[in-house]
Amino acid sequence: MKIERFSSFTGMSIVDDAASPVPTAVPFGELAIEARALVKRFDGFTAVDGVDISVPRGAIYGILGPNGAGKTTTLRMLLGIIDPDSGYRRVLGHERPTEVARRIGYLPEERGLYPAMKATEAIAFLAALRGVPLKDGRRRGRELLEEHGLGYAADRQIRQLSKGMAQQVQLLGTLVHNPDLVVFDEPFSGLDALNQGKLERMIRSLAERGTTVIFSTHVIAHAERLCDQIAIIAGGKVPFAGPVDAARDRLRPQVRLETRAIDGLWRAALPTDARHEGKFWYFTLPESGVEPLLRALIEGNAGILSLSIERPGLHDAFVAIAGEAAARALEETPEPAIERKGRR
Amino acid sequence: MLAHHFAAAWVVARRDFCAVIFSKTFIFFLIGPLFPVFIGAMAGMIGAQVQRDLDNPQIGVAMPAHQGDALIAARDALAPRMAGGVPQFVVLERLQPGQAFDARSALKQGGNRIAAIVSGTLEAPALTGTPERVDQWRGQLALFAAEANRGESRIYPDVAGYKIATSAAKQHTDQAVTAQAGQVLLFLLTMLLAGMVLSNLVEEKANKIIEVLAASIPMDALFLGKLFAMLAVSLVGIAVWGSVYGALMIFGMKSVPLLATPAVGWPVFLTLGFFYFAMAYLLLGSLFLSIGGMATTVREVQTLSMPVTMMQLMVFFFASYALARPGTWIETVSQVFPVSSPFAMLAHAAQSPEIWPHVVALGWQALWVAVIIRVGAQLFRRTVMKSGPARGRRSWFKRPVAAAAR
Repeated sequence: MKIERFSSFTGMSIVDDAASPVPTAVPFGELAIEARALVKRFDGFTAVDGVDISVPRGAIYGILGPNGAGKTTTLRMLLGIIDPDSGYRRVLGHERPTEVARRIGYLPEERGLYPAMKATEAIAFLAALRGVPLKDGRRRGRELLEEHGLGYAADRQIRQLSKGMAQQVQLLGTLVHNPDLVVFDEPFSGLDALNQGKLERMIRSLAERGTTVIFSTHVIAHAERLCDQIAIIAGGKVPFAGPVDAARDRLRPQVRLETRAIDGLWRAALPTDARHEGKFWYFTLPESGVEPLLRALIEGNAGILSLSIERPGLHDAFVAIAGEAAARALEETPEPAIERKGRR
Repeated sequence: MLAHHFAAAWVVARRDFCAVIFSKTFIFFLIGPLFPVFIGAMAGMIGAQVQRDLDNPQIGVAMPAHQGDALIAARDALAPRMAGGVPQFVVLERLQPGQAFDARSALKQGGNRIAAIVSGTLEAPALTGTPERVDQWRGQLALFAAEANRGESRIYPDVAGYKIATSAAKQHTDQAVTAQAGQVLLFLLTMLLAGMVLSNLVEEKANKIIEVLAASIPMDALFLGKLFAMLAVSLVGIAVWGSVYGALMIFGMKSVPLLATPAVGWPVFLTLGFFYFAMAYLLLGSLFLSIGGMATTVREVQTLSMPVTMMQLMVFFFASYALARPGTWIETVSQVFPVSSPFAMLAHAAQSPEIWPHVVALGWQALWVAVIIRVGAQLFRRTVMKSGPARGRRSWFKRPVAAAAR
């Protein structure tokens, strides 16, 4: 069953699939990550509130959300860095993620390496943490640095590298042990446009090799270009999880209409949310579709000069879904709490 | 320009002041001056007590019954009026007329505090003991014998001196000195080296690499690795210092301070010393690592170092106090209490020849190292990494049950 709602926060209509926001059609054995009703509180503040995530093996999965939404906390729970207060998680078939730590690569949001270590040593160290012998790690480290155009920095200390280069070294250290699952927390932050493109290509090639990639971001364009599936986190909850197209489909197409006549009988054919800006009318395509609309406009002598129907992008869908969730959370916040916040 | 400088300095000063004042560890700074006062008083009391206990020899009396009693009464009467230390006189044996007594063998097998034996009669007393004891007490004995015998005539008798190489009491005292020296060395090394562990996790937290470590390996492994690395660093330091000291002894100085051979013998004692140092280091180090792990800045670590040093001193004083009380519950507690156990057991090795208690003690200490690391790592996960529900009794005991049920 589909329910259409209008978000006063974003000014857009959202279609809710009330059946289930989490795709359950993926067979159990094919999930790299499965999390159900994860909850995490810090000093009384609920950072993650019942998060459900299912990441198919080999997929590129994006976790999108505004700052402070609970993305990093969710990832840390999935990695076993912290334990949830309640809920269930299974990573690569194990309930305790630390048991499969050697099959996981993790690039945290706050990057960090030992400044006195040489680039090759840093990669070998990260590899050794995941069970790769030091000698192999060094060899692999050198190869990776050469492959990615950083061969000249192999014997330089991390403190001698630029922030971006150090970040790339850490990224290579994340992948040096050929993990089955790679978790990136805000991987694009701090990278210039060239390196962002490079990282996107790297993520794609990982997925082509069958590696599951999960990353968090608040830059939607990356997710839109890369992800097979996404989860949108807002206020610690997941208002949407599923394929990118399904997220886009949450929003109705937007219509931009230019007419010769300013007003007339045809106006009755426009939906109630239609607004006039400059030469154009903007409104959400009615559920009945484009043909009845066109017919009504023609019969009403609207004098159509131009009409375009735009499918919403992921950015619009994200803003609508996350905004709606934020507005809902605000409505659910008990009154005294708001008062206390206000006084502060 | 100057005003601008002062304004900027004021901004920095205000931030620093507030940061320190409102930090959780500031309380340690406030009570800091109390520590040296308290520790100084403790050190004085315990040191004096240990010295008194170690240097409180007794003279055994093996004489005809009435003469022995008279001698002891004379000692008790005169001792309060005499300056300096007057040894206690205790009855070893009340001899029948004509009964012989072998003072030499009695002294070798005697109790730990019998430093000399008076035999013979009041008219012709004989004092058996080590040369220094015989020379020290011969005059006093003549005085007490004359006082005990004054009914007839106040003649100071000649005291015959029988000197022996050593006695059980001397051996006990000498080995106690060896034990004390071992404890002091162990304490100095652990105090010098274990404190380094305090700031060991600050680097990882400052570098943010702690996230990667926490995601890759168990926190217990991180703690254990850091601890063993620092232990290895300490051993390198000890090896270097030991070599330099040895070289100075050989090429520069004339004499090496001589200590009595410990009860277990030097090779075993030194081996045990190595293991007890490692255990003392690991025990204190794991505690310090856990405490230091909570600190977020170098400043906090500096504030914590004072109470931590004082804690080490307390442990040392406790073990020293117990050293002078062999066979008492205090000694047992100091041997069982995990952090004082290495110190107490090293002293035990100097004074008692059995080996098996050391095997048990090392196992016990290793168990506690594991427990402290486990608890420290859990605490670190909960408080620093902000992990989930308390891994208290419920999960420690119920998790395996739940797993079995599944």
